[in-house]
Order: sequence, then C-alpha cells, then structure tokens
Amino acid sequence: MDDKFVLAGEVFSSRLIMGTGGAPSLDVLERALAASGTELTTVAMRRVDPGSPGSVLDVLTARGIRVLPNTAGCYTATDAIRTARLAREALGTDWVKLEVIADERTLLPDPVELLDAAEQLVGEGFTVLPYTSDDPVLARRLEQAGCAAVMPLGSPIGSGLGIRNQHNIELIVESAGVPVILDAGIGTASDAAIAMELGCAAVLLATSVTRARDAELMAEAMRAGVIAGRLAYLAGRVPRRRYARASSPPPGR
Amino acid sequence: MTVTLNGTPHDLAQGTSLATAVSLLTTSATGVAAAVNGAVVRRTDWESTGLADGDSVEVITAVQGG
Repeated sequence: MDDKFVLAGEVFSSRLIMGTGGAPSLDVLERALAASGTELTTVAMRRVDPGSPGSVLDVLTARGIRVLPNTAGCYTATDAIRTARLAREALGTDWVKLEVIADERTLLPDPVELLDAAEQLVGEGFTVLPYTSDDPVLARRLEQAGCAAVMPLGSPIGSGLGIRNQHNIELIVESAGVPVILDAGIGTASDAAIAMELGCAAVLLATSVTRARDAELMAEAMRAGVIAGRLAYLAGRVPRRRYARASSPPPGR
Repeated sequence: MTVTLNGTPHDLAQGTSLATAVSLLTTSATGVAAAVNGAVVRRTDWESTGLADGDSVEVITAVQGG
C-alpha cells in the first residue's frame, strides 16, 4: 500500500531511521543498514582521527542513505549549536538530530537547554529533529519552536527497556502537528511495533540492532516490526473488552 | 607560534593558513568541517584564513553514532 513517510517535506518509504553507533565493524553496520531498509541514518560529529579505518560516510553514500548528523555528547545549548553548525558545514545538510544531554548516567535530555538550542537552530534555518523526554508539554513547546518533528524517548538511550510510558507517547501523538518519532529505548521488534501501533510516524533505533547477537537479522526483524505496527495502526485494533465475545456464531449448536 | 589542533599544541610557522593546519590532521576532501576559536570557517575560506599564536582549531568529521 502507498503509505509514505513525509518528514520536513522529504518523502521516505521506510519508517525506520537507524543510528550507526555500537556496531562492531563497518562491515556489520553496512549489512545491518541494508537489511533494515532504512533511508535515513544518524552519525555523530567528532574530531578527525587520522588512524580511523574507513568512514561511515562512505558506507552511507554507497548505500544511498541520507545522513542525519546528531549533536550527541553535547550538554549545553551552546555546544549543541556549535556542533550543528559544524555538521552543516561538513555534511552539507541543514538537518540535525538535536540532542542535549543532562548527565552521563541517564543520558536523559536536558529540557531547558534543548528548547533553547531548538529555538536558536530553527532561527538559523536548520531542520531540527529534537530528541526529547516523553513529556507532552515539552513536545508541544518544541513543535511551537518550529521543530520539524518531535522525537520522544521510549526509555533511556541504549537501555532496551522499551516504551515505559505508552500513555504519554499517545498523548504526544494525539496533539502533535508534526511527525512523532519514537527515539531511544527500543529493545526488540515488538517494541518497534508498539511504537507504530501507538501512532508514531517512525522509529529511530541503533543499539538494539548494532549490539544484537546477529545485527543483520535483528535489522530485518525491526524492519518487519515497524511495518507490522504501522499496518495495525492504520487498520485499527479492536477495543479491549473485559469479557469474552464469541467469534463463532451461537445459533445452530 | 603555537596553535592548538584538536586539543594538541603544534608549533607552526607565522602566517600558516587554516587549510595547511587542517591538512596536518586529515587529507579527506569531504565530510570535514573546521572551527577557529569556536567559530566555523567555511571550506572556501580555509586558504585565506591565517592563524595566529594561541588560536585553537577544531577539525571534525562524521563517525558512527546515534
């Protein structure tokens, strides 16, 4: 069926956005990206390392995957803005996954710095995709600031704890006028399916694939999970009932 | 003069350009950005940007992450 994902005016067939962190090698990463069917993939910005073997950019270019730089590792709006500007210059894209982290132990977003950075980057013409907590009010404020999507966490980055507050994700989806992308916390394919069933427009994940025993196979599972969840959302699930309802006709027994 | 390149002090000749400084760290023609004292300098301006004693240069690229 024709069900395209439109993000900031760009059209994607896949609703699975991949991260590239955590893969044991570029070869494993490349096979996982191919199996996932992703068309948009995040990278981090770091100091050049003359001894680094190969480049993740070469892999993405070879696969025709659009690159989405992030501001991972930034703890203040000032840091994140500087990183976004460097990424724009290095990669020739004004898209940025905006991450402003509060502390290393939880890697939770710092909402005050995040909103500040989002406002400034939107003002500089960036297409801002903010990684945010699962707070419906903050999501609304980010949308009002001009962000092209809101990307609430399901649970902390890399935790694999799934979606801890499905109700909040539903509330965010209900009121959002921009795509809601479930970002962080996905542990396995059913988590990705649940995100889509809740009405998210897409899922962004890395660890659950790149650190799986078989990254390529898990990437395929995530691809299927996202598609299954999306189809179920569009189809409309039956209401939950307290008691049974026979599915075979009662007459003629 | 002393210029800090990605956190490491380097002794460079007076008038060294940003382009020359970047080439000490990477030969990559694409996917790289540079900032001098925190301000991003466009690639087209690297040749004409002269460095001064005490400047701090950051040269970054994309790596696996996120």
